[in-house]
Amino acid sequence: MSEHQTAVQEQAAPAKTVMFEIQRQDTPESAPYMESFEVPYKANMNVISALMEIRRNPVNAKGEKTTPINWDMNCLEEVCGACSMVINGRPRQSCTALVDQLTQPIKLEPMRTFPVVRDLVVDREGMFDSLKKIKAWIPIDGTYDLGEGPRMPERKRQWAYELSKCMTCGVCLEACPNVNDQTNFMGPFAISQVRLFNTHPTGAQNKDERLSALMTDGGLGECGNSQNCVVACPKGIPLTTSIAAMNRATTVQMFKNFFGSDHMVD
Amino acid sequence: MVRESEFYWRRLHSLLGIIPIGLFVTQHLIINHFATKGAESFNTAAHFIENLPFIYFLEWFVIYIPLMFHAFYGVYLAFTSKNNVQRYGTFRNWMFMLQRVTGVFLVIFIAWHIYETRIQKLFGAEVNYDMMADIFQSPFMIVFYALGILAATFHLANGVWSFLVTWGLAQSPRSQKIVTYVTLGIFVILSVIGMRALFAFA
Repeated sequence: MSEHQTAVQEQAAPAKTVMFEIQRQDTPESAPYMESFEVPYKANMNVISALMEIRRNPVNAKGEKTTPINWDMNCLEEVCGACSMVINGRPRQSCTALVDQLTQPIKLEPMRTFPVVRDLVVDREGMFDSLKKIKAWIPIDGTYDLGEGPRMPERKRQWAYELSKCMTCGVCLEACPNVNDQTNFMGPFAISQVRLFNTHPTGAQNKDERLSALMTDGGLGECGNSQNCVVACPKGIPLTTSIAAMNRATTVQMFKNFFGSDHMVD
Repeated sequence: MVRESEFYWRRLHSLLGIIPIGLFVTQHLIINHFATKGAESFNTAAHFIENLPFIYFLEWFVIYIPLMFHAFYGVYLAFTSKNNVQRYGTFRNWMFMLQRVTGVFLVIFIAWHIYETRIQKLFGAEVNYDMMADIFQSPFMIVFYALGILAATFHLANGVWSFLVTWGLAQSPRSQKIVTYVTLGIFVILSVIGMRALFAFA
């Protein structure tokens, strides 16, 4: 700091603010409306710290007192997926949306692919139902101790780790033109999860069950190859490669189911 | 019930677009191309096709039934997609949208085209070079047919790409990219063949 910069000068400079336009909705059924906010700027602030500032002082840009904005958050380091919302037209996590990198006014909307609970809070339960449907787990329980499973080659583990970064954030569903209220498409994330669990040597013992789940209502068939998901995914998961890989796996499974023997797994 | 088996319907839709519809369209454009060698040459080629054995069987099972399924199911697919090229202006997202736009346009174009040719034949008209030359007296029809041909060649070429991805043949991003270039080539070649025939009639 230079010696000329005194406290008086700092006070004289106009206080920098950040403009927000936020789409609000009071109840799941009520109509959404826009409300603007002007938040005092702080260095390195992100969208969440701005929302916290509004919560501390819930006054909109017109100077009227309003209700604090509701939003979801948890880890604050882009690994949980809870704080996803549409920021300046693109779905992403608000924790890693830095105000300095966004054009103002910063527009915040909920991900409308999902049912809106209130303001920016959406209900992503459908995604977890999809994970149940495709059996996104590895069954290890038996009536007796089954012992150790087969070893996973280290190179395969490193590769599979990339697929395991999925945090069920919902961004790929929001980006996909085929996930909407007219279809039952479960979305790209679930297809990639089938690939992940079918890669695991123990998980592969049930791979036909997961593939069959992909071949039913809302499954793999509804992908239209717009390939938005792979562009949108915040974790850089190769979703379209997973989709194409599962396309091949289900093609093989389809012929196996029809022409093959009763050995579905191998 | 339809939804439960949607996976299989979608696979069938993808397959029928190539076999037989894609093959038929290619054949159709090539036969049309005889028009560049004059009326006589075109009429001979058209006459050969007209007099194929089992022509009614071929028409229904190679053209009408697969085409109707592909068209009507395709319209359903087109109208259950929510296009978002404003949000994601990527090449693939544009192709996704154009595939649906050209598909819906083709349903209209092909309906008109069949009415103007095959159905008129039922009423006693003769399908030959003069019939097409008459149609193209109208500049509007030239534009309409040019758009129809371009929509068809685009829809077919891009359909080859998505067929290869949908059936799991092209998996890696690299292979999908190379297939994109190959299908772009198919689009250009078929479009040139189609346009040359069109302007031979016009």
